[in-house]
Amino acid sequence: MKDLQLITLTVNGTEHELVVESRRTLADVLRHDLGYTGTHLGCEHGICGACTVLIDGSPARACLTFGVQADGCSISTVEGLASDGELSDLQRAFSERHALQCGFCTPGFLMLAEAYLAEYPNPSTEEVREVVAANLCRCTGYQGIVEAISDVARSRRESR
Amino acid sequence: MSGTGIDPAPGEATLSRAGRWIGASVPRREDPRLLTGRGRFVDDLDRVGLLHCAFVRSSVAAAGVEHLDLAATRNVDGVVAAYSAADLALGELTAILERPEFTVTSMPILAGDRVRYVGEPLAIVVAEDAYAAEDGVDAALVDYRPGTAITTMDQALEAGAQQVHAELIENTVLDLEPFSDPHIGAVFDAAACVAEVDVRTGRQNATPLEPRGCLAEWDARDEQLVVHVSTQVPHQVRTAIARCLRLPERSVRVIVPDVGGGFGLKCVVGREEVAAAAVALRLRRPVKWIEDRRDSLTASFHARQQAYRARAAFDADGRILALEADVRCDVGAYSVFPFTSGVEPLMAATELPGVYRVPRYHVRARGIATNKAPTAPYRGVSRPQIVLVMERLMERAARELHLDALDLRRVNLIEEFPYTGINGITYDPGSYRASLDLCEQQLRDEGWYDRRAQPTADGTVLGIGYACFNERTGYGTEAFSQRKMTVVPGYDIAGVRMDSDGTVSLTTGTSSHGQGHETTLAQVAADQLGLPPTAIKVRQGDTDLVTYGWGTFGSRSAAIGGGAVHLAAGRLGDKVRIVAAHLLDAEAADIELVDGQARHRDQPERSLSLAAVAEIAYLRAHRLPKGVDPGLTAEAAFDVLTSGTFSNATHGVVAALDPATGQAQILRYFVVEDCGVVINPRIVDGQVRGGVAQGIAGALFEEIRYDEQGQPTTSTLIDYLVPTATEIPVIDIMHLETPCTFTETGAKGMGEGGTIGAPAAVLNAVNDALRGTGVELDSVPIRPDAVHRALGGNS
Repeated sequence: MKDLQLITLTVNGTEHELVVESRRTLADVLRHDLGYTGTHLGCEHGICGACTVLIDGSPARACLTFGVQADGCSISTVEGLASDGELSDLQRAFSERHALQCGFCTPGFLMLAEAYLAEYPNPSTEEVREVVAANLCRCTGYQGIVEAISDVARSRRESR
Repeated sequence: MSGTGIDPAPGEATLSRAGRWIGASVPRREDPRLLTGRGRFVDDLDRVGLLHCAFVRSSVAAAGVEHLDLAATRNVDGVVAAYSAADLALGELTAILERPEFTVTSMPILAGDRVRYVGEPLAIVVAEDAYAAEDGVDAALVDYRPGTAITTMDQALEAGAQQVHAELIENTVLDLEPFSDPHIGAVFDAAACVAEVDVRTGRQNATPLEPRGCLAEWDARDEQLVVHVSTQVPHQVRTAIARCLRLPERSVRVIVPDVGGGFGLKCVVGREEVAAAAVALRLRRPVKWIEDRRDSLTASFHARQQAYRARAAFDADGRILALEADVRCDVGAYSVFPFTSGVEPLMAATELPGVYRVPRYHVRARGIATNKAPTAPYRGVSRPQIVLVMERLMERAARELHLDALDLRRVNLIEEFPYTGINGITYDPGSYRASLDLCEQQLRDEGWYDRRAQPTADGTVLGIGYACFNERTGYGTEAFSQRKMTVVPGYDIAGVRMDSDGTVSLTTGTSSHGQGHETTLAQVAADQLGLPPTAIKVRQGDTDLVTYGWGTFGSRSAAIGGGAVHLAAGRLGDKVRIVAAHLLDAEAADIELVDGQARHRDQPERSLSLAAVAEIAYLRAHRLPKGVDPGLTAEAAFDVLTSGTFSNATHGVVAALDPATGQAQILRYFVVEDCGVVINPRIVDGQVRGGVAQGIAGALFEEIRYDEQGQPTTSTLIDYLVPTATEIPVIDIMHLETPCTFTETGAKGMGEGGTIGAPAAVLNAVNDALRGTGVELDSVPIRPDAVHRALGGNS
């Protein structure tokens, strides 16, 4: 008999109530039960970071989190970054700096960067690089990712 | 464009300085969907009634299978079915080289009475969800009759060794001497200098961030098995599935969604893809298979594990007199479709001389089977190794002859083109010498040579290293036919259609998985049609949509796929001009296509919009000129009929060694590269940087390892060290442009060069830093403990 739990998740501002198996990961809940397929699974053991989402504002590996652990939490995923069809400054910067090729790791880097810049709005390029090292990208060599995040930090600073 | 459901790419698209779309850093068409989580990767697909599968895999490296018991599996809650090889009775994948030196072996879709590597699939378990499928796998029982695992090439070649396949002799799948010279020994005997190297390169996994996967479903209305696969080669997957399931090819449709990287690992057909398709057909239900990272690292495909004994003879001026090499490639347990287990030894033997004039050449190259996961082409295929071998030979000869190592290269670089080498390859023009000169000049101007000469504040030791190389790309039918595969890739076919409102769709047989073809191929067509790239939608990766294609691998897509697009769009433009000329009462030769208009060259006020021309072609066909068919479509095939087209580059690296840890840190990475006409500079730079990152990975970090029983010990990304942002430096790039004269656009392929050059450049920099220690390292990955010992550490 399956071990089922009723949970409530708020994803990008929308509340969802659903029944999940206790062993089901938050990544699978988001992707396959709720249709937020922008969160990707690259390793399912917490190294690659493609599944990075924000749980109550903090970055977390959705592959290492059970859905039941996120009960009552507010989750932010890549689908919530653009508003009214307009890309966010960070998304635009990623395109301008060619910070993505296959795009599979991209949602994880975007969510990581969003959380980081919210907490540390004045990073040096080297500090950005240290944070970017939390996740893996196989296509770009990271340079565009570091540049894009640094660009956004700078432009947000200047517009404050 | 908001409200149309079409994403404009972010940023302004502007023409290149030459007033063309080719050469412009057009923002990528792919980016908006990928940045907003609306890409569609295979695991994003869902279906009503979807089943999930997982595989019972061998837990031992070499064994007979006494008994496979799936009874408990079938009783697991949520499991729908489980099948062994005998249950499915599928055809096998057989990838053949038509050469007497090649021994044919087959790869069953599911292993039957014998397993040959840890991770080999034995049974497929189908369940209501992915969790239950894994529960089912856990419940399977397998009785093995263990044999001796062959885990190294030396062991494989021992007299009396167990054979990985009964058909093999000395576990050798391929043993060739494509270039032999019985009198070469005398050249070495008489030479002023003989440099020798013994090079070993670590086994690697290409590690696309998205592992493999597929979703297969039977479409009863179209009577087709539709298989959505994360692959680089949709048509070849179709062929393999049709053959193994004994279906007509038209009964199989392969569709490629967004693909999260491939790097060669996805240019061969996976057994799991065929098995999942077979089960979907049998159950008449959609079935999904998503590989996990452990299986991807241990049971997909590997590459790169090679050993070279090579020597080169030089005269006193440093001129190469002869080159001799013995190459062994650990190809693992099976020959992969369609490229075979011979791809690494073949490419190594054929292309070893590289950018240097080599008058005499003798090579033996072997593919050796072992009880490890099979090997597939991986970005660069043997070229990272052969460049490493040649560049180490250059360094060693320079040291022995007391010559400057870069000057010694200059003495030997090919400078007159076209050049036909001793290996029978004709090299089209490149900038071999200029790229080296500019790369060295850059590092000198930046003061690295001065810094290298002085002690560092932190006690690290600096070294400078280079690699000069070319990158054979655009392998057409002629080049591939020489390999003697029974399936000969090469040409590509493109189709272009302008609909009645003037909008354009383009199909290509290439299959992008990160390279941005939706952008670059649209740029190529845009120049032909006088439209912006945003007006052209590229469709790819669907065997029902595309006439035929060889997919994307071997840096073929810009050179060959781009050539087909150029021709097809040109033909469509010709028809547009004929129709427009008729309507404008002009000659077709006087009509030019500019800014969405067909207009008279000398009287631009005489013009029609392309939309107006297209409307006539479809909706008012009675106004077409006599003898012109309705519709605006064109198709064209393109092929490269030479040895291919060669990009080239020099990489310059400054590395710092930490005596305390033996770790190499790259302080500076500079690339001077020449890939002919650049279609999209942004995308080219991205390919170079990403390629270099994978080359650095092979030089310093990544190695797939097995223990003596053939158990993989690198089954997670904690053990297999894919570098992060703190290991990969900023990579600066200088471009030279020697256009290709036979690819229609002047472009050369360039997807692999970064990976090809980096290991040699990094290794040379490390050895330069070890100068004076008496230690020279010739193998990769460079182990920190070896560096540590060389620098006097106790380890």
